[in-house]
Amino acid sequence: MVGGRGLGARTLRIYLPLGVCMIAMLFPFYWMAITSIKPNRELYNARIMPLIVHQPTLKHYYDLLTETNFLTWTYNTMLVAVVTTAVSVVIGTMMAYPLARLRFPGAAVIAIGVAATYLVPQPLLFIPMADIINRLDLGNTLSAVMLTYPTLLIPFCAWLLMGYFKSVPRELEEAARIDGASRLQAMVRVVLPLCVPGLLSAGIFAFTLAQNEFLYALIFLAKSEVRTVPVGAITELIRGDVFYWGQLMAAALLGSVPVALIYSFFVEYYVEGLTAGSVKS
Amino acid sequence: MAVGPASLARPAPVAGRPFTLRGFVEREGVFSWLMLAPGVVFLLAFVAYPFFYGIYLSLQDRRVSEPGTFVGLANFATLFQDGVFWQVTRNTFVYTIVATFLKMIGGLAMALVMNQRFRGRNLARAFLLLPFIVPTILSTVAWMWILDPTFSVINWTLLNSGLVKTNFSWLGNATLAMVSIIAVNVWRGVPFYGITLLAGLQTISPDLYEAAAIDGASTHQRFWHITLPVIKPVLIIVTMFSVIFTFSDFQLVYALTHGGPANATHLFATYAFDIGMSAGQLGSGAAVALSMLPALALLIVGLTLYLRRE
Repeated sequence: MVGGRGLGARTLRIYLPLGVCMIAMLFPFYWMAITSIKPNRELYNARIMPLIVHQPTLKHYYDLLTETNFLTWTYNTMLVAVVTTAVSVVIGTMMAYPLARLRFPGAAVIAIGVAATYLVPQPLLFIPMADIINRLDLGNTLSAVMLTYPTLLIPFCAWLLMGYFKSVPRELEEAARIDGASRLQAMVRVVLPLCVPGLLSAGIFAFTLAQNEFLYALIFLAKSEVRTVPVGAITELIRGDVFYWGQLMAAALLGSVPVALIYSFFVEYYVEGLTAGSVKS
Repeated sequence: MAVGPASLARPAPVAGRPFTLRGFVEREGVFSWLMLAPGVVFLLAFVAYPFFYGIYLSLQDRRVSEPGTFVGLANFATLFQDGVFWQVTRNTFVYTIVATFLKMIGGLAMALVMNQRFRGRNLARAFLLLPFIVPTILSTVAWMWILDPTFSVINWTLLNSGLVKTNFSWLGNATLAMVSIIAVNVWRGVPFYGITLLAGLQTISPDLYEAAAIDGASTHQRFWHITLPVIKPVLIIVTMFSVIFTFSDFQLVYALTHGGPANATHLFATYAFDIGMSAGQLGSGAAVALSMLPALALLIVGLTLYLRRE
């Protein structure tokens, strides 16, 4: 577009709306952060100006780490997210490859099935799933969530990776096959290395989805030692009518750090994953 | 091929190549299905089976840890006579339609702002996406405090700027509670629209705008005749995705209001949770969840076909 003329015009067209967007999107995080370091006497006094901290304290963090199972929840969350992400990327790759590059009977049905399962929301399935997990005797185990999260992640990874696999020229693979490589070797040594960005996108996106998971964890994990951060925070830092606001905010902030860190290193891949599904020409 | 004595002397190959395991596995169809098998089996076991098992459950009077009895469509009949169920239906549609509309407008605005050239654009984009990547429950915890009846920062600001005289009960009043859950859903969803639409906008060649500008097209005309047609497919896909996941939303409402006050913000998912999990009536709960199916099926089939066609 035509470049801005003068600082005033640019401010009006770019920086003002951008500033509004930024404040609207980031204020809750600011609020989370400052609430977590306010002493209770500031938190529960409506007269004190709440937008800044007058006497910061780390007490809520200390209490969170010493009085609750927060560290265990964090470990559980990470373990589940890493395992389910790894499994989903591998199985997703195995599904996407033939769907994108080979001809075989039933391909259309499977492709439609993968797209449809990605779109089936959990609330449609959680009640029967609860009964199934109960009958498998997996209640209160991390296996229960490790088995159920990939229902969402595998179709997502498969769908995302199909786009990447399709973009690799067929000749490269054929050349390898003529040189005596098996189909599996051609896939692992020729196609996959060219699709590393796609694999990263799928992995990072799946990881954030796994961290975000709540419904299954809420239903299956009723014991404190097996809980994930979101479930632990919402069930144990709110007891009856008592909200431990300082600790809740500390937990929310610390719980967001792993995702935010990974995200900050791989923003480009994340955005790629986010948009690949809808912007592919 | 030349047929000479030398080739006649060799033993004739029996029906093509001899059978080897490797040769079998290398066949296109066999290899494909071997690769697909783990995923297909998993999805059949943990998506297809629960789906049909849910239908079976919805036809039963079934409580947790008790055997069920078949009751036909009785669960649905009871639901359809239940005033709360219709309130939940209305809530879900209001929530989905209003939130989707606002996200679309907000996202488009965000994308247009971000599509201008300025320093630090990638950094700004990274920050703007934060609401979407931070786990929903954790950011909703911040919103719970922002909307707290006594210590809400919004109330503090309104009171101290003299705009209002009394505190708003953001989550305690039926209308305000609906406004609140919609606002939080929009806050979380706008970046998804914004960044995806931005990617769509960036596929538009600047030449196109320049040509239009030379031909005398106004900014307004350029938006309607160039921008919108180009991003239309992206807009449709993003909107349908967003509608599916807003319609079946659970986390945000569960944390913020638990469906209250007096069911004013119950959606299908939270109501199904209350009946199926909290009250332990698996059969009725499954029936509530399945009530989402007609609308969802329409959306899922529509979007699946659209994605396949692209």
